[in-house]
Amino acid sequence: MRHIISLLMENESGALSRVAGLFSARGYNIESLTVAPTEDPTLSRMTLVTIGSDEVVEQVTKQLNKLIEVVKIIDLNEGDHIERELMLVKVRAIGVERDEMMRLTEIFRGSIIDVTNKSYTIELTGTSSKLDAFLESIDRSAVLETVRTGACGIGRGEWVLRV
Amino acid sequence: MNAELTGAEITIRCLQEEGVQCIFGYPGGAVLFIYDELFKQDKVRHILVRHEQAAIHAADGYARSSDKVGVALVTSGPGVTNAVTGIATAYMDSIPLVIISGQVPTGAIGLDAFQEVDTVGITRPCVKHNFLVKDVSELAVTIKKAFYIASTGRPGPVLVDIPKDVTQQQAQFVYPGKVTMRSYNPVIKGNSRQIKKAAELILDAKRPMIYAGGGVILSDAAEQLTELARMLNFPCTNTLMGLGGFPATDKQSLGMLGMHGTYEANMAMQYCDVLIAVGARFDDRVIGNPKHFSNENRKIIHIDIDPSSISKRVKVDVPIVGDVLDVLKELIKLLKTEKKKPELPSLKEWWKQIDLWRERDCLRFDRDSKIIKPQMVIEKLYQITKGDAFITSDVGQHQMWAAQFYKFDKPRRWINSGGLGTMGFGMPAAMGVQLANPKGKVACITGEASIQMCIQELSTCKQYRLPLKIVNLNNRYMGMVRQWQEFFHGNRYAESYMNALPDFVKLSESYGHVGMKIEHPEDVEGALKEAFKLKDQLVFLDFITDQTENVFPMVPGGKGLSEMILV
Repeated sequence: MRHIISLLMENESGALSRVAGLFSARGYNIESLTVAPTEDPTLSRMTLVTIGSDEVVEQVTKQLNKLIEVVKIIDLNEGDHIERELMLVKVRAIGVERDEMMRLTEIFRGSIIDVTNKSYTIELTGTSSKLDAFLESIDRSAVLETVRTGACGIGRGEWVLRV
Repeated sequence: MNAELTGAEITIRCLQEEGVQCIFGYPGGAVLFIYDELFKQDKVRHILVRHEQAAIHAADGYARSSDKVGVALVTSGPGVTNAVTGIATAYMDSIPLVIISGQVPTGAIGLDAFQEVDTVGITRPCVKHNFLVKDVSELAVTIKKAFYIASTGRPGPVLVDIPKDVTQQQAQFVYPGKVTMRSYNPVIKGNSRQIKKAAELILDAKRPMIYAGGGVILSDAAEQLTELARMLNFPCTNTLMGLGGFPATDKQSLGMLGMHGTYEANMAMQYCDVLIAVGARFDDRVIGNPKHFSNENRKIIHIDIDPSSISKRVKVDVPIVGDVLDVLKELIKLLKTEKKKPELPSLKEWWKQIDLWRERDCLRFDRDSKIIKPQMVIEKLYQITKGDAFITSDVGQHQMWAAQFYKFDKPRRWINSGGLGTMGFGMPAAMGVQLANPKGKVACITGEASIQMCIQELSTCKQYRLPLKIVNLNNRYMGMVRQWQEFFHGNRYAESYMNALPDFVKLSESYGHVGMKIEHPEDVEGALKEAFKLKDQLVFLDFITDQTENVFPMVPGGKGLSEMILV
């Protein structure tokens, strides 16, 4: 099962490699990993997407918790949460394709952020599966390049992760 | 305002503030300023080893036999890479160490400088935590944190990497009395509701079993474990790391369990209905195949300070996260106030069953052999030292025989590399043990293969007059490898025979020690007695033992606990 794990860690050099090293050393999967400092510059917030049985994910969270620099951790799957991922996709846009791409971008509530006479760069935000759906719905051969950030997530309502 | 001190001075002052009396190390370019400061003081004693691996093992033996934090000092590059085996050994067995390593100057980091290695990167997977100190003003607090992290929670090695220029720069020295870290707060006290649940299970048990590991030793809870077992009259088995946590000579002791555990311990483990796991982690050498183990129905109570040890290999019913000492005290208190008592008739039946298993006499060996049996040497060693020596071991058959035949009644007397299984551990660890216990009798049980992995330390032993007794069970084979080859590889002894062995007697003598070669069973006792009479000398006892002897019982890899090969 896919789990989305959120953690707060000390914003120190090396902390990220401890997390990444833990996953490779113990043979856990990382689907995606995003990290950036929070409003408190001494803390970083990381979102990890991993796939595994409940037992494996329980071990993953326990092992992450054991890392000295990890301050707090939650498995967002344990409650209601929202997740978003950002994708930039550069597509070929020549002739009739130009209108088609623009329409699809609108349907997916994306925006075109760079235009040349041969290409569009589209910005799209949503759940990872929405981004997948967008890529499914356009002509694959038209895709020149994609960049995805990986998912970041947050609990719904009063559910917060903070020190 | 205090005068400013250099990073090197601060490093040594920190060690003094921590009450460190003895460190183990080897100098080199990146740590020269630190060594210069060591030279100028006399509070911290430095033991010069002959290889950095031995520095870590010695600090490790020092820690295991004393409950202090072991400290080692090594230089950058090869100093650190040599130390890695020792660090990984301590990490696997949760031993509190602080390792200080030199690093190339900050400006040279990342430029492939001479003797540069990414120390923090290389050691990351085998330390509890590590630090690179880039600013001298951070040095004191970092070292304080290192000692704090190493010695609290589930202990472990912590490394502090100090670039050479940081040892030269100056800062105000203030050693913090206490550090707190928002990201590190180990749980000490167990959840009282969980403890209550455990007590209920314990009092309902018909076939109870206590399974105690190294956590009991690390937490200094042997006394409480013994009290608990005795007040309940429950059988108790110890893991390889837990020997001495419950007196081996007690009638409630079933000895060691696991791959080379006793028949009665493994059977009781398999067929108990309530299992109380205390500071143990259900590892592969202990319970064998976890699926086979789960075939039998039993309720499991698991006390451990590390949440990640719980339900890692075996699912448990009542997890209690906390310090073993604290939890056991709570549990004993609770059980004392309970009106309900353990079910005596079923407990009696259970003991009857256990006694039947005991009658199997699974550790028997040929006592009339004309060739020296290794088990006999250890039995004699046990008798002559009255069970009161500190015993270190290397890794292999001799280690298992030592664990089976030396009856440890006290904690911190049995020092071995259980998790990593590091050959070469025994002698350097014994040096640390002897330095922590200057009056103690210290013997290293080893084999001719293991001892050669750190044989250079005979020189260190001479320099510091460490009167170790090296009990070398010399069978001219890597015995455990040979045993597996005999059992599982059609007697094809690929590269497990030791040819061209040194004359250990002459070798020891060349280092200035006493060497003895013992070839006949009738000479074993006399030689051991003589060796221990030589109180101020290292004696290397080279016992020429039976080449074909195997360690029994044995649970083959992948098999269940009750599927033992018996003698």
